[in-house]
Amino acid sequence: MTTPPNDSTQSSAPQSTPADELKAIFLTCLLDSLIALDSGVKVREDSSLMSVKISESALLKVMTLLKQDSRFDFDQLQFHTVLDWPEEQRMECLYLLNSTKKSQELLISVSVSREKPQLPSVSKLWAIAEWQEREVYDMFGITYENHPDLRRIFLDDDWQGFPLRKDYQDEFMLRKPW
Amino acid sequence: MSVSSVSQDIASHLGSAPEISAAYFVAGLLGTVTFLTVMALILIYAERKVAAHFQCRLGPMRVGWHGLLQSVADALKLILKEDIVPYSADKFLHALAPVFAVVAMLLSLIAIPTSSRLALSDSNIGVLYISAVSGLGVLGILLGGWSSNNKWSLLGAMRAGAQIISYELSATLSVLVVIMLSGSLKLSAIIHSQEAGWWIWRAPGVGLLAFLLFIVSSTAEINRTPFDLAEGESELTAGFHTEYSGMRFAFFFLAEYLNLFVVSALGATLFLGGWMPFHIGNFSGFNAAMDLIPEFIWFMGKTAFLIFLSMWFRWTFPRLRVDQLMKLEWKVLMPIGFINLLLAAMMTLFGFYFFATT
Amino acid sequence: MVTVEIKTKISSLDERINAMALQGESPLGTQEYFVNMGPQHPSTHGVLRLVLKLDGETVREIIPVLGYIHRGMEKKAETLGYRQQVHLTDRLDYLCSVMNNWVVSAVVEKAAKIEINDRIQTIRTIFAELQRVQSHLLWWGVFGMDLGAFTPFLYGFRDREKITKIFEETIGARLTMNYIQPGGLMYDIHPDFVKDVKAMISYMKPMFKEYDELVSGNIIIQERLKNVGILDAQSAVALGASGPVLRASGVAHDLRKIKPYGVYEKVDFSIPIGTVGDCWDRYSVRMLEMRESLKIIEQLIDSIPEGKHLTMKPGAKIRPPAGIYYEQMETARGIFGVFLHSDGSEKPSRVHYRTPNFHNLWCLTKIAPGGRIGDLVSIISSLDVVVPDIDR
Repeated sequence: MTTPPNDSTQSSAPQSTPADELKAIFLTCLLDSLIALDSGVKVREDSSLMSVKISESALLKVMTLLKQDSRFDFDQLQFHTVLDWPEEQRMECLYLLNSTKKSQELLISVSVSREKPQLPSVSKLWAIAEWQEREVYDMFGITYENHPDLRRIFLDDDWQGFPLRKDYQDEFMLRKPW
Repeated sequence: MSVSSVSQDIASHLGSAPEISAAYFVAGLLGTVTFLTVMALILIYAERKVAAHFQCRLGPMRVGWHGLLQSVADALKLILKEDIVPYSADKFLHALAPVFAVVAMLLSLIAIPTSSRLALSDSNIGVLYISAVSGLGVLGILLGGWSSNNKWSLLGAMRAGAQIISYELSATLSVLVVIMLSGSLKLSAIIHSQEAGWWIWRAPGVGLLAFLLFIVSSTAEINRTPFDLAEGESELTAGFHTEYSGMRFAFFFLAEYLNLFVVSALGATLFLGGWMPFHIGNFSGFNAAMDLIPEFIWFMGKTAFLIFLSMWFRWTFPRLRVDQLMKLEWKVLMPIGFINLLLAAMMTLFGFYFFATT
Repeated sequence: MVTVEIKTKISSLDERINAMALQGESPLGTQEYFVNMGPQHPSTHGVLRLVLKLDGETVREIIPVLGYIHRGMEKKAETLGYRQQVHLTDRLDYLCSVMNNWVVSAVVEKAAKIEINDRIQTIRTIFAELQRVQSHLLWWGVFGMDLGAFTPFLYGFRDREKITKIFEETIGARLTMNYIQPGGLMYDIHPDFVKDVKAMISYMKPMFKEYDELVSGNIIIQERLKNVGILDAQSAVALGASGPVLRASGVAHDLRKIKPYGVYEKVDFSIPIGTVGDCWDRYSVRMLEMRESLKIIEQLIDSIPEGKHLTMKPGAKIRPPAGIYYEQMETARGIFGVFLHSDGSEKPSRVHYRTPNFHNLWCLTKIAPGGRIGDLVSIISSLDVVVPDIDR
């Protein structure tokens, strides 16, 4: 198991401070709990944030644990967004969790297929997820099970396609005024 | 009071043939309308200047000397502007509403004496007449809001209706105090009763309280901040006149400022002695000096002071919320008004006020 | 064109409104009706549209309809180089443009491991705090106007102008600053900068008393704000609120304290927090924050270290290693975060902005129902929304 890259911008020399150690302990504790739920848990290496990859099926269980367990207390969902990997035929959904009590951040990453992307909604856990998931649906076309009000958020209801996907094209984009 | 009785009134003053009195009537009416329109333009200019100086800026400066002709230019623009009537509006009522608002104000001005000689109609029910006629103004607002077929307009109109009718009560209660003390409904008689001193201070406490009640409730009645809920531009876009433009909007605007003038003139008449000069007891020299100032100037000065007070409120206070507005009237102002009225009744009964004549 | 086979039900706005029309019944048996507040409305601060379900004057439910100023910022960002990202962020929350610049510069610096010196950090901090005061002053003026008092608006603008002048002197811009760039600053500070900032501080300090006399002490303001739009601490956190909105609910969460960036570690300042979480608390938190910001500037202004204002060659290509990077800071409205995914080329493969207003606005749908239209206006204003920041 490896610790994620150092979080601070300025100090390039990797020195181990008490805060870093605490973080390492936290991460170990976290990973142990996650592995108990999902054997496929991996740490995402190339991230400036503490981040773990989990499998699609375990998402709701993991999120519930992270929200409700007092050891983690991730009470805020900072953002929810997607990375599109067209050549690998998958999309990677990212959830950045934040704990206001423990000042910890954790990036959860879940891969879904590009053809039929569907995920369980976490709006029961964090109310704000309702809008964030609507935004992701609007831009990437990921649908959410048990979402209370799934519709487009920024674009018109009759918009075709999902603009932030890498292969998205429409007439407007092709026409160059210059 | 009908138009014919007004003309008869003038005729009886002049004591001449009906056709001459009719000519005088028309001339008087035209004169009044011109005077009031000019008045409204001046008031709009004054409001803009007062507001500007409250807000650390200069206000209109470009049209004429210090922007004196700005409101004329604005009026001209509004007259020339295209009049847009919403497609689904009730066309007839939509056109009628601003007329209602202006006419109600014009009618109520007839009864206010501007000096001992200059009064269009010194009716013996002057106060009653003004409160009856100025109540018609709300009809214009309600019609305008309803006929626009816009929910914001309707909301504004309903607010205005509820508000004006509620505040009419405490305004009347405060006016009743003066009527009781002076023992007359005739405005000139009320002014004459203040020869020895204005009612605001002559009836200890009661007069001042009645004056404050009158100021608050009349500000509410003419829909000015802090009671401008009917327009409430940040809540209802523009309230009842959202769908009005051009000349019709100008009419509502005119009515608003005429309203301000009427209410201030009434306040000055009832509480500040109208055209009566300011006198202090037996200082005959001072009193004689005060008498040199024409009565008309006294009247306009007092009115201008009240108008300035109203502008001061407008550019200082934020707006009340609709439920707070109703609470203020029904739970605060009206009980105070009734208690004040009782006190005034006792004072009148026992002659317990300064310079009591009985 | 990719079509997605939809398993879950996707509704539309019309369906949502129709569904809402059917549910619930007025306690008084009156007819409820729908009104569009916006997209052109004086107090929705731009092009926010709220579909209101009203029962007389009482707001029963709110559906915010977003996207009227959606410009596809995140898609645009994918076509721009790392150095160009700065210019997009100005157009998000235009009242915090310097702070937005800083966040995107910080994330690029973190990704490309660009070292910056103390001078840059100090100047960035001073500018961020100036911007915070400037933004709050504008909010204060607009807040007064939304409550029906027009005068505070001009007082706010009058004093905001003093700060804008300072910006204009150094940066040359008044609104969209483009000042902080990866690796430093666009320009060094103006020679008069220190003098002007000191003059501004000594001017501003007595002004707060005037604001309190004009607005805070007014009984109508207090009546309209107290116990209106109460957002308790727990729901504020759950709804993702941040910035003054979160702190007014009593959660002392400020990134400047929790994860200090810039030179916030070196300065002494406190975080004002509220107790109830009503509009009044949000109002007073911002009023106190302005004073704290001035305190921060005062401590820093005399000790700006010497050094270069740009640590790398201007125009040098930035090519961060592949990976994901995230940086967030406390702007005047809350946490603004920039998420960056680099594939090792000259352009980011994905940029996501975590904007404070998007999250703060969501609180509105939970706290405004039950109040009057007048309350709704004061709640929107106390949340201090900037619509381009929501729609991106």
